Amino acid sequence: MSVVSPRETIARLYRDESPRVLATLIRLLGDFDTAEEALQDAFAVAVEQWEHNGLPAKPFAWLVSTARFRAIDRIRRDARFTSDLDGRAVDAQAPERADSSFDDESGVGDDRLRLIFTCCHPAIAREAQVALTLRTVCGLTTDEIARAFLIPVPTMAQRLVRATGKIRDAGIPYRVPATNDLAPRLDAVLAVVYLVFTEGYAASAGDEVVRVDLCGEAIRLGRLIVELMPAAGDAKGLLALMLLHDARRGTRTTDSGELILLEEQDRSRWDAAQIAEGLSLVEAALRQGPTGAYSIQAAIAALHAKAASAANTDWRQIAALYSLLVERAPSAVVELNHAVAVAMVDGPAAGLLLADSVAARGELRSYHLLYAVRADLLRRLDRRTLALAEYRKALELATLEPERRFLRSRISELQLRDSDRAPASRES
Amino acid sequence: MQYLLLIYGNEQNSAEMNKAAGEAMMTEYRVYTDDIAKSGHYKGGNALQPTKTATTVKVRDGKRQLTDGPFAETREQLGGYYLVDAKDLDEATDLAARIPGAKWGSIEIRPVWSMPSA
Repeated sequence: MSVVSPRETIARLYRDESPRVLATLIRLLGDFDTAEEALQDAFAVAVEQWEHNGLPAKPFAWLVSTARFRAIDRIRRDARFTSDLDGRAVDAQAPERADSSFDDESGVGDDRLRLIFTCCHPAIAREAQVALTLRTVCGLTTDEIARAFLIPVPTMAQRLVRATGKIRDAGIPYRVPATNDLAPRLDAVLAVVYLVFTEGYAASAGDEVVRVDLCGEAIRLGRLIVELMPAAGDAKGLLALMLLHDARRGTRTTDSGELILLEEQDRSRWDAAQIAEGLSLVEAALRQGPTGAYSIQAAIAALHAKAASAANTDWRQIAALYSLLVERAPSAVVELNHAVAVAMVDGPAAGLLLADSVAARGELRSYHLLYAVRADLLRRLDRRTLALAEYRKALELATLEPERRFLRSRISELQLRDSDRAPASRES
Repeated sequence: MQYLLLIYGNEQNSAEMNKAAGEAMMTEYRVYTDDIAKSGHYKGGNALQPTKTATTVKVRDGKRQLTDGPFAETREQLGGYYLVDAKDLDEATDLAARIPGAKWGSIEIRPVWSMPSA
């Protein structure tokens, strides 16, 4: 057995426990910055004391009450100079009785849920919601978050300071919203989690060594929300969606970063355990209802994951689910996906009809996949000249290098085949 | 906490309102004001004359500079305000969303800076 030094234990505890301790401290102290300072203080004391005296029986309770004492000390010290307690929520008169009152950890889940809803409050800008959630709920450092989103550390630090400042000064409450307000507020929370996931997913071909695993963090958050809010069906749907996508993350690109289409991915390398977990969550979400947008998307991902091969995919079901999604969460991108699914069931002409009607509305004018989809359908209809033109438009708009390489290879394939043929091709 | 609820709207539209619509709006505002007074949230409030009556003053190097008109020309103008007591931003938002003008203009919710009591 390897010997774990107290310092290593403290480092591990810091990683695992600090988000939970912080959530409780924010409730007790009523202020993000005070809570964060107190947390750092408590760990500094822990390093000193635990190395000599060993670990306390209940590290969580020890950390909370130590942090609270430290905060009260600080406030008392400050109060001597300002002679005003500034209405802080600390009961400075009775810290003595606090020593054993945090043994019960049953309220910790509530504190963490409060924290999630506060970080994702709609009065905070979305990008700041994301940063604040990763900082306080996931316990990532400011540096890690800045690196993950490829923005300078001072910019990220300022974003976090502004957000915690607004929570304090504008009186953003630290609580789970009331029932009549819960659905839209939960949607905002799930949107933040999904944004973290998609950011990680899109960047997974990049330099993974220095970037924190955002997909992993998003899945952890998803698990936490499912655990804390078992009644929220769409939270299960979101977790399932993330697990199912993440299960094939490793097969989306070649070692050199080339994009591999779903139909060409090596299905034997998909993470079977994660798919199994995703599938059972989808079922639970659909049973539980009401069926939210994430649950429908998860059901679609489940059908892909269950298919033994691309040819065996149940496109009829997928097309039906997309038309349900168009109804529940209408967007041009969803309609485009619906068109792709319909093309798989009823042929490329039927899909093209739908894709053309999306294109005609103009919302996706600068979305490269609109042209890529039309190009693919035209190619399958053997209308090569038009297909080529669409692939070129897609290439003009695409920014990710693997996607650009893919489009270029399609273009040269078509050009090659064209030059084999008689110069006058039948084009409608 | 106290919040100032600033009511912004297009005053051109209000000016072009017919008499019946104008009276209906006044009634809506009276009902709302009574409601939040009864519930104990109301601390003050007023409607403002249109921005054509506004004057802006600055003092630079001890000298007053007066301009005819508001500080900034915008698409929506400040038309009135309420000062309310609310326990947090969520409650203030509920109060603001019930202001009749929220249906056609927008309400800016600003926490009042609480100075330490002397």
